[in-house]
Amino acid sequence: MSTPLLQVKNLSTSFNVDSGEVRAVNGISFNLDKGKVLGIVGESGSGKSVTAYSIMRILVEPGKITGGQILFNGQDIVQFSKKQMREFRGKRISIIFQDPMTSLNPVYTIGNQLRECILLHTDRNREQANARALEMLQLVGVNEPEKRLKQYPHELSGGMRQRVMIAMALACEPDILIADEPTTALDVTIQAQILELMQELQKKLGMAIIMITHDLGVIADMCDEIIVMYAGRVCERGTADEIFYNPRHEYTKGLLRSIPRLDTNHARLIPIAGSPVDLTNMPKGCAFASRCDQCMKICLESLPEELQINDSHIASCWMNVKQVYMEAEKEGAV
Amino acid sequence: MLKYTVKRILLAIVTILIISAITFFAMNAIPGGPFSKEKAPDPAVQAVLEARYNLDKPVGQQFILYMQNLLHGDFGVSLKTGREIATVISEKFAVSARLGGMAAGFAIIVGLVLGSIAALCRNHWPDRLIIFLTTLFVSVPSFILATMLLLIFALQLKWVGVFSTSNPNYVLPVISLMLYPMSYITRLTKSSMLDVLGQDYIRTARAKGVRESLIIFKHALRNALIPVITYVGPMIAGILTGSMVIETVFTIGGLGTEFVHSINNQDYPMIMATTIFLAVLMVVATLVSDLIYKLVDPKINFD
Ligand SMILES: Nc1ncnc2c1ncn2[C@@H]1O[C@H](COP(=O)(O)OP(=O)(O)O)[C@@H](O)[C@H]1O
Ligand code: SF4
Ligand SMILES: [Mg+2]
Repeated sequence: MSTPLLQVKNLSTSFNVDSGEVRAVNGISFNLDKGKVLGIVGESGSGKSVTAYSIMRILVEPGKITGGQILFNGQDIVQFSKKQMREFRGKRISIIFQDPMTSLNPVYTIGNQLRECILLHTDRNREQANARALEMLQLVGVNEPEKRLKQYPHELSGGMRQRVMIAMALACEPDILIADEPTTALDVTIQAQILELMQELQKKLGMAIIMITHDLGVIADMCDEIIVMYAGRVCERGTADEIFYNPRHEYTKGLLRSIPRLDTNHARLIPIAGSPVDLTNMPKGCAFASRCDQCMKICLESLPEELQINDSHIASCWMNVKQVYMEAEKEGAV
Repeated sequence: MLKYTVKRILLAIVTILIISAITFFAMNAIPGGPFSKEKAPDPAVQAVLEARYNLDKPVGQQFILYMQNLLHGDFGVSLKTGREIATVISEKFAVSARLGGMAAGFAIIVGLVLGSIAALCRNHWPDRLIIFLTTLFVSVPSFILATMLLLIFALQLKWVGVFSTSNPNYVLPVISLMLYPMSYITRLTKSSMLDVLGQDYIRTARAKGVRESLIIFKHALRNALIPVITYVGPMIAGILTGSMVIETVFTIGGLGTEFVHSINNQDYPMIMATTIFLAVLMVVATLVSDLIYKLVDPKINFD
């Protein structure tokens, strides 16, 4: 097997604040192959954005990667110098953000901001960069692209701005596009359009995508693999089918109960009760224990072990271990 | 933009008219007159003088006469010295503008640089030092600062000469005049810069691989300038028209000094002319700063 395009190994990221160390990401690992779409799902505050910013190395003070590796084609980005990192960002991995209204600089034209990254990472001259910017705007389906180049961000709608962000992120043909809740701030109809656009571009350009969302429903039919995150850890990882139809972590089950679905006849949506755990003071057992209906004694005492359910499916929940025991008991092995 | 500018100019004219009227009636309401302090002028002479300058007419009529002359570009002559007021003002303003221009220029440049440094070194010693000094300069009155500077650098250390008409050394007056606006701009720039550096588009720029210096000077500074510009316009006008305090401490005969003298002397046409001149300057500076604002911030749409 060839090495994956991106390997995140045991990544930890913390914020040192007055009240202590906020452990936003606690040793997460995953791989991303060339041209694949990986979904990262979790409630707000589960560490999705911090994971993305760690990969881009755009964390702001006091955020700091405290451990682990991020291997891109086998090279550890965590060890990159500032200069190496500058040449890497926007060229090999790009990111688009949640709020397109505030993510573009209000005092520069769309054209200026598009050209900027093209001029930075390619040896095109100004004129060629402008041509490329125009081509990108057409690609992402912005109407009247020539006019848009001369406009300022406030003259565009939210959906248009997100398209511009996508154009900017893809202008230098990155290998990976990280989309951090790209549709959360948009109207529902616009959301669908943007998701469709991303799928279309992925087929056309073949880049890998890390699709971050708090809404499982959003990414159901676009991801090759899904990671469910809680309190900066990976709870469960599997194909979209496995996560949707055979969830093996109580948190994943909770998330599924909280989204509208067509295939089951849930009369109503059930949000997960309780509030997320205090990241400065993590419990020694399962981080989800205080909100889990199935919580057992062992859950409070030790971290759930990662259980391989099949080749593509893993989950870290004591329920799985219990099940294995019960099945074994039935067969008289224990 | 044009519509807006025209509207602003019309408004400015109304403002200046109102200021003129208030000044005119207020100065006439004060007891005494331009000739009353003279050593017992002959009543006959005083009557002739008053008739000559229309001072014997009702105040309302005087005002209308004055404004009519003004529209013809006639500021009148000083009742004290008999000189053409237009000449006096242009002469004195040249001095004030020179002093003020230098002070404003340095205040803006130094203020922007120090403010940016403070923002970038937040909570480290350069920031702490800058904030300490600017707090000091903002809170100590300028006449104390000016006097101290004069005592230390001119009289004690003798590094620079005292200002005199034969030896116009602007160093100390410029420093005294610039410290307050410079400090104010520094603090404004710092807070505005910190605010901007936390914005999402800065994160976008970083994610694109833009180098740190360009993030500051291209992406952040222009946004950070927006609130600073609103302060700078009126500040420049204030400084250009001459700080009476600084001019007095350094005995610089500028417009500020002239203004004070004219009030003491109840030199009516002189008071009017300086007031109107200052008002026009202030209004123009505010207008210009609004227009610059528009250039820097594309979101501002005046029409
Ligand atoms: N600048 C910061 N300072 C302190 N803590 C932070 C900061 N940014 C994020 N965190 C912490 O990291 C946790 C995860 O944040 P984030 O990755 O943004 O969550 P999400 O999954 O919603 O994207 C948050 O709950 C917060 O406590
Ligand atoms: S480990 Fe225990 S507490 Fe945690 S999710 Fe599974 S059952 Fe619930
Ligand atoms: Mg987030």
